[in-house]
Amino acid sequence: MKINISNLHYSYPGEIKALSGVNICIETSELVAIIGQNGAGKTTLVKHFNGLLLPNDGKVIIGDWDTKEHTVAKLSARVGYVFQNPDEQLFKRNVYDEISFGPKNLGFSEPDIESHVEDAIQLTDLDNYRNSNPYDLSPTWRKMVAIASIIAMDTPIVIFDEPTTGQDAVNVERIARIVHTLHLHGKTVITISHDIDFCAENFKRIIALSKGKVLLDGPSREVIAEVDLLSSTYVEPPQLTRLGFRLGFPIAVSNQDEFLNELQQIVDKRSDQI
Amino acid sequence: MAIVELENLSYQYPLTEENALSNINLKINEGEFIALIGPNGAGKSSLCYTIAGFIPHFFHGELSGKVEVAGVNTHDSNLSEWVLNVGLAFQNPFNQISGSKFTVFEEIAFGLENIGIPRQEMIERVENAMNLTGITDLAKRSPYSLSGGQQQRVALTSILVMQPKVLVLDEPTSQMDPIGTRDVFKVIKTMSNQGMTVIMAEHKIEWVAQFADRVIVLYQGEIIAQGTPQDVLTSPKLPEIGAGISRYTSTARIASQHNLWFKDKPLPVTIVEAEAGFLGVIYEN
Repeated sequence: MKINISNLHYSYPGEIKALSGVNICIETSELVAIIGQNGAGKTTLVKHFNGLLLPNDGKVIIGDWDTKEHTVAKLSARVGYVFQNPDEQLFKRNVYDEISFGPKNLGFSEPDIESHVEDAIQLTDLDNYRNSNPYDLSPTWRKMVAIASIIAMDTPIVIFDEPTTGQDAVNVERIARIVHTLHLHGKTVITISHDIDFCAENFKRIIALSKGKVLLDGPSREVIAEVDLLSSTYVEPPQLTRLGFRLGFPIAVSNQDEFLNELQQIVDKRSDQI
Repeated sequence: MAIVELENLSYQYPLTEENALSNINLKINEGEFIALIGPNGAGKSSLCYTIAGFIPHFFHGELSGKVEVAGVNTHDSNLSEWVLNVGLAFQNPFNQISGSKFTVFEEIAFGLENIGIPRQEMIERVENAMNLTGITDLAKRSPYSLSGGQQQRVALTSILVMQPKVLVLDEPTSQMDPIGTRDVFKVIKTMSNQGMTVIMAEHKIEWVAQFADRVIVLYQGEIIAQGTPQDVLTSPKLPEIGAGISRYTSTARIASQHNLWFKDKPLPVTIVEAEAGFLGVIYEN
């Protein structure tokens, strides 16, 4: 399902302008990461995708729906939004009820609810916790419950707000796996993140925001090469990209495999010359 | 001189059956910059809470062993005395912001007001602290109108302004952008060079590698390794327990299997070490 944002402007009441003239088009089943400094407007932007915020000016179109003409409740069938802080999202007494709340609310049939909830539980490794109270779980697992409860709604678009914040290596891997599985099922996955390594390794397109405007928008490998522009929105290229540049790599590498390939080529070339 | 002394420390939260911390023995010297690392649930936050006095004075449960900061035993003290020596920045700034103040400036002055600092000194200290963490331009905003990373800076500033002897930070940069993270690490390093003791729970290994004096690894409530960043962060134990390592270390480890990293060279933890090592491979092959 396509997302079309044109000339989007937004100011919080009495505060400075958060978004000024954003134009973005996201096609069905794209993997998109949104980066940028604190206060750049990332969360404000994605809160427009499900109608939590409405434009002061411009349009946000989800599929064939203008967000101004549909309620948040209706839009939630199209756009799932995993909050940065799971505690702002969870309220049920046990994990299973929490996860089934969304699909129930969307009016799915009983068998559909059951199968969506089951899929979400498996994907987030929550099998052992289905009867637990979400607030008895560690923040890590609460995060998984928050993710599962959105996945179970089976929306064509899924948004993660800072999914790797405070997560250890195992959980970051788990979240990456969830992103890829959703992508394989044809969903559009959008993340907000400061973790540029995670973005470069798992997302094909990166949009960098700065002061409420789109600074960069393109394939990840092109965006991460824009060292100067990125630094203007307080972002540095990924660790291995920076290391590659220091070693004289001709391209921006976005993951370990690419780094090792490039290194091997340089070493081979040198030994040919000798 | 040790400013923090923990001996045979064990702790269990109320209504739980397992120790959150088991048999911790640790001496931290004045001015040391300590990083606590380990997977989620390893006990990093619990150890932070204990050093900061929230365990046992706020979270009750069962605490055994000795906990001493600046020569005072936690059992002989209370939270309002304890916080004069030790400041804690919470993992989630939302849990820390008082909710009773309309502006960032007032929020940061809150602690100083509580201990009766004279008005002029209070204003100066707040201005200096805001300058240090680079949030002067947020002074008149409402704490609740800020982004997550900005809130984290406010939370940190409101602790720094108290000038505690020991600064305990539970993932203080988790919601910050990379340059913000670097700035905060630099500020904290400066404070530590000036004699403040810093204990920081952190997943961002790249920064820990550059700034910490000593790295302590927690796993299932116990200390399983400690030492310099170079020694600890290259240990093969870390990936086994699910703790993060720097991409420089993991990449060099794989590279060494393909003769792209010299086997006798220690694995790198920082970009500078990685650069030197890989340049060696490129030019000496």
